[in-house]
Amino acid sequence: MDHHRPALNRRVVRLVGFAPAVFLAVFFVWPVVAIVGRGLSGGGLVDVITDPILVRIAWFTLWQAVASTLLTLLVGLPVAFVLARYQFRGRRGIESLLVVPFVLPTVVVGTAFLALLPNSWHGTVEAVLIAHVYFNVSVVVRTLTPVWRQVDGRLTDAARTLGATPWQSFRRVVAPILQPALRSAASIVFMFTFTSFGVVLFLGGPRHPTLEVEIYRRTAQLLDLRSAAALALIQVVCMAAVLGLAGRRPKVAIPRRFVERPTSFNAWVVLAILVPAVVAVLAPLVALATRAGQWRALFTGRPFDALVTSAFTALVAAGIATLLGCAAGVCVNAPARSSRLLEVLLSLPLGTSAVTVGFGLLVAFSGPLLDLRGNRLVIPVAHAIIGLPFVMRLVTAALRDVHPRQRDAAATLGASPWQVWRTVDWTALRRPAALGAGFAFAVSVGEFGASVFLVRRGNPTLPTLINETLGRPGASNNQLGHAMAVVLALLSGGALYVVDRMGERWKA
Amino acid sequence: MNRPLTKLAFSLVLLAGACSTSSQQSTQSQSVTLVTHDSFFVTDGIFDSFTKATGITVTVAQGADAGVVLNQAILTKGRPDGDVLWGVDNTLASRAVSSGAFASYKSSALKNLDPGVVAFVPKGNELTPVDVGDVCINADVKWFAKKSLAVPTSLAMLTDPAYKELLVVQNPATSSPGLAFLLATIAHSGETGWQQYWKDLRRNGVQVVDGWVGAYTVEFSGSAGKGSRPLVVSYGSSPAAEVSDDGTSPTVALKDTCFHQVEYVGILKGTKHEAAARKLVDFLLSAEFQADVAPNMYVFPAVQGVTVPPAFATHGIRPTKPFDIPASDIEKNRERWINEWTTIVLR
Repeated sequence: MDHHRPALNRRVVRLVGFAPAVFLAVFFVWPVVAIVGRGLSGGGLVDVITDPILVRIAWFTLWQAVASTLLTLLVGLPVAFVLARYQFRGRRGIESLLVVPFVLPTVVVGTAFLALLPNSWHGTVEAVLIAHVYFNVSVVVRTLTPVWRQVDGRLTDAARTLGATPWQSFRRVVAPILQPALRSAASIVFMFTFTSFGVVLFLGGPRHPTLEVEIYRRTAQLLDLRSAAALALIQVVCMAAVLGLAGRRPKVAIPRRFVERPTSFNAWVVLAILVPAVVAVLAPLVALATRAGQWRALFTGRPFDALVTSAFTALVAAGIATLLGCAAGVCVNAPARSSRLLEVLLSLPLGTSAVTVGFGLLVAFSGPLLDLRGNRLVIPVAHAIIGLPFVMRLVTAALRDVHPRQRDAAATLGASPWQVWRTVDWTALRRPAALGAGFAFAVSVGEFGASVFLVRRGNPTLPTLINETLGRPGASNNQLGHAMAVVLALLSGGALYVVDRMGERWKA
Repeated sequence: MNRPLTKLAFSLVLLAGACSTSSQQSTQSQSVTLVTHDSFFVTDGIFDSFTKATGITVTVAQGADAGVVLNQAILTKGRPDGDVLWGVDNTLASRAVSSGAFASYKSSALKNLDPGVVAFVPKGNELTPVDVGDVCINADVKWFAKKSLAVPTSLAMLTDPAYKELLVVQNPATSSPGLAFLLATIAHSGETGWQQYWKDLRRNGVQVVDGWVGAYTVEFSGSAGKGSRPLVVSYGSSPAAEVSDDGTSPTVALKDTCFHQVEYVGILKGTKHEAAARKLVDFLLSAEFQADVAPNMYVFPAVQGVTVPPAFATHGIRPTKPFDIPASDIEKNRERWINEWTTIVLR
C-alpha cells in the first residue's frame, strides 16, 4: 500500500498530528500523571490491587461493561441496518432523536427511567444494563450507519445470486466491511460503560459500585489518593489493552463503491425494528416532559443564562474538537506507527475517570508556573477532549475509504499535492467533519461528569443547573429541572438534526 | 521540524501569559472569591450592599459537592483557588482544621451567634459557623392517614415490623445526608449498639439509594416523584419547601430522628486578600446575609434574631435535642463506620 501516494507527505502528516498530540499531552496526560504520581509517591500499590473487595469491584466493572457492550451492539445493529439501507421520510429525524439520550445528563434520564421501571428493578444490575444500552445505542448507530450506507448493494446481490442465504451474505460480505466501524463503536461503548458513574450510582444503587464509583469515593470523600491512584492506573491499563485489541487495522482493503443503493423497501422490516426503538427512546423522554413545568421561568435569570453559557461552551468545544479531530484523523490514517499511538492516546480520555482528570487538572494547573484556575476556557477544553475522539474516528473512517488510486489518478492528471488533498481527501473529509462537529457540540451540551469537578466562576452550564435544581426540595424546583432537561434535549437533538441536513448536501 | 516547534512553544507561552495576566488582574483590584459547593444558592445581588460599603467585589466560584470542594482546597493548600471557602460541615470540620489549609480568624460578629451554635466553633477559630440545619426522617402524612398507621416518632420505631419496607435512606459512602443519618443512629444506639440497629433496619426492609435526589424525588411518596416509600431521610426544613398554595404541607419532619449539621466558612491560608476575606466573613454573619440563607438554601441562620420565612416557622423544624457527635470523633471513625455499615447493610 506504501507505493501509492499517501494522503500527504510524512513531514506534513507529522506536523498535523503534532497539534492534537500536544493538546492531549498538556490537558490530559500531564494532569493524570500529576495526580496519579502524587498518589503513588507513598508506595503500597500491591496492597490495593490485592484487596479482595477491590478485586470484586474490578470484576463486576469488567463483566458489566462487556455485557453492556454486547447488548448495545445487539440492539444497535438492526437499527443501523434499517437507517442505512432504507430511504424513508423522517429517517434523519429518527437518527437525531436516537442521540438525545446519549447527551442528556444521567440524573435526568435516571429519574425518568426509575419512574418507568417497576420498583423491584430499582438498584439491580438489569436496570444498569438496560440504561447502558439506552444511553449508548446511538454510538453504535451513528458509527455504523454511514459505513453501512456505502456498502455496494451489488456485492450482496452477487452473493445471493451465488446461493448465499441472507445471513451468509451478511456474514461473508457485509460484516467484514463493517468490522472496523463495529470495533470502533464497541470500544467506545466499552469505555463509557467501563467508567460508568452516574448510571451505576443512580440505577444500580449502592450495592453495585464500579471502579469509577470507588475512585470517586476515595478521592472525593476520603482523600485517599494512594488507593485512588492505584485504581485509576488499573482503569487506564484495562482501557489501553482494550483499545489496542479493538483498534487493529483491517488486514485487507475492501473495495467499495460510493453508491447509495437502498435495498428494496420492506415496510414490515422497517416498522418492526424502528417502532420499538423509537418508543423505547421516547418513553423516558415523555416521562421527563410530563414532569416539566415552570416554563416561564426558563426564559429569565439563571436558566436562560445557563442556556447561553451551554451554547457558547459547546460552540467553542466543538470548534476545538473538530479542528484537532480532523488533524488527528488525517494523521492517524497515514501509514506511520506513531499514528496508531496517537489514535489510542486520543481515545484514552473517554475511558479515564472524570474524578482523576478533574483533580489532576487542579493539581497540574495550580502551580506557580501555570495557573489556569478560574480560566473561562478550561471547561470548553475539557469538553473538547471528550468530543475529539468522536471527530477523529468519523474522519479516519471516511479517509480509509479513499482509495489510494484516486490520489494517484489526480496526481497523474497534473494536480499539485495540495490540489490532490483538496479534491480527494477534503471531499471525503468534510461530511464526517461536520457530523463530528455536531456530535462534539451535543456531547458538550450534555456533559456533566467532567465539568462538575472543575471549579467554575460565573454561570453554570445547563446540566449543572439541572443537577442543582433537582437537588432542591419542592415541586416547582422539580418541574423547572425537568423543563430545563427538555430544552437540553431539544438543543442537542436540534443541533444534530441541522448538522445532518447540512452534511447531506455534501454527500460524496 | 524546528520552526513549528518554536511556534508552538511560543503560542504556549502566550497562552500561559494570557492566563496568568488574567489572574494577576484579579489580585490587583479589590475583590474576593468565595469558593463553594454546588448547593450554594443566594439571592441575586445579595453582595451589592457589601460592595457598596467596602469597595470589594465578590466572585462566587462553585465546584462539586462539599467533600470534593474541601479536598480540592486541601490539595492546593497554600495556593488557594479563592479566598474564602463556604461549605465545610461538622462531619468534615475536623479534617478541614487539621489539614492546615485554613487561616484563623475570630470575627467580631461571633458574639451574635445562636447559643446552640457556640459550642461548634473550633478552638483555633479556623472555621466560622454560618448556618445550621438538621438531617431528619421526613414522613408522607397522607400515606399514613390513608393506612391508619401512626407516623413513627423515634428511631427505635423504625425497626418495628409495622413499618416494614417503608423507609428509604442514602448511602453514607456517597451522600452527606446519608452519612448524617448513620451518625444519628450511632449517637442514638452507641458504638456498641448501632450495628445491631442497622441489622434490624435491614431485616425491616430499609431501601438504600446513592443520593438525596434518588431518595427524595424518586422513591419517596410525599414529593414530586410519587414513589412508594412514605419515610425518607431528608432535612428538617424540607416540609417547608413542599407547602402548597393552601398553606399545608404534605410532609412532616420527625423531630426525634435528627442529626445536627453546622455549616462553616473559612479563610483559605495563602490568600492574597486576607483583609478583604475577613470583611466578607463578617458580612456573611450579618443579619442581612443571614436572612437570605433560609429561603434559598433551606437551612437556618447561625446568628440569633434573624427572621425566617413563615413556612419555615410553621413547617420546618428545629429540634431542641438533635443527635450530635464531636467532629474529632467523626474524623477518627468515619471510614471504619462506613465500611462496617457497608458490610452490614449492603453485602
